[in-house]
Amino acid sequence: MSVNIQSSGRVVVAYLSGEIDHHSAKQMREQIDAALNSYMPSMLALDFKDVTFMDSSGIGLIMGRYRLLSKTAAQLCIINTPEHIYKIMKLAGIEKLAKLSKGEIKNETGC
Amino acid sequence: MKQVVKNNFSLTVPVRSVNESFARTAVAAFVSQLDPTIDQINDIKTAVSEAVTNCIVHAYRESIGNIYIKAYIYTNNTVCIKIKDKGVGIDNVSKAMEPLFTTGAGERAGLGFSVMESFMDSLKVTSKKDKGTLVTMTKKISVRVSGNAK
Repeated sequence: MSVNIQSSGRVVVAYLSGEIDHHSAKQMREQIDAALNSYMPSMLALDFKDVTFMDSSGIGLIMGRYRLLSKTAAQLCIINTPEHIYKIMKLAGIEKLAKLSKGEIKNETGC
Repeated sequence: MKQVVKNNFSLTVPVRSVNESFARTAVAAFVSQLDPTIDQINDIKTAVSEAVTNCIVHAYRESIGNIYIKAYIYTNNTVCIKIKDKGVGIDNVSKAMEPLFTTGAGERAGLGFSVMESFMDSLKVTSKKDKGTLVTMTKKISVRVSGNAK
């Protein structure tokens, strides 16, 4: 489990990898929130390309970041979502909170 | 026709969050003898992870104890997984099973039972206050025909 953060201007991209469960979500949350606090982005993109497993703790992680970002009217994007993770995101209705994509990030203002 | 147990295993782990990953991986390894698809394995791993997390976050929130996992393979290629705790129990099981309902602090989504229900074929939850909770889930792994694999 790891998080690699990259910032370009107003966009922060967090590349998540490994397994996201209740055990690992806490540390991921702390790393993402530290980046949000220092960069104050207008958009956060969570990249799930290298996530091998996710349960509903990952949904909690996404919902929590959504709540945080909406305080500053910042956007949340979820990109490179593998099929098995897409399934749980659809079940949770994540597309109502964030732009949900199986592909790459397209530009700075949208996904 | 009554199905006969072909194989089974049991695993008892203490309530530590590092065991979430161990428990789901152990069950997945056990189920792999049925030659499931990657999707089926992912569904089972996710459901087990939810049940074990519930034990840690809810059942033993302020105590320590064990999580008891049992899995059975029946002759009709159905796998049955039982996850039991001796924790606080659930006051109102049907309320707890409603999507988005949670008593968990912080960032719990309230989706654990919804995930188990939709990723498995059947889900049964029985609970008794101060005695504990038993989650029973089944999933049929259809026999794959060669050349027709998904």
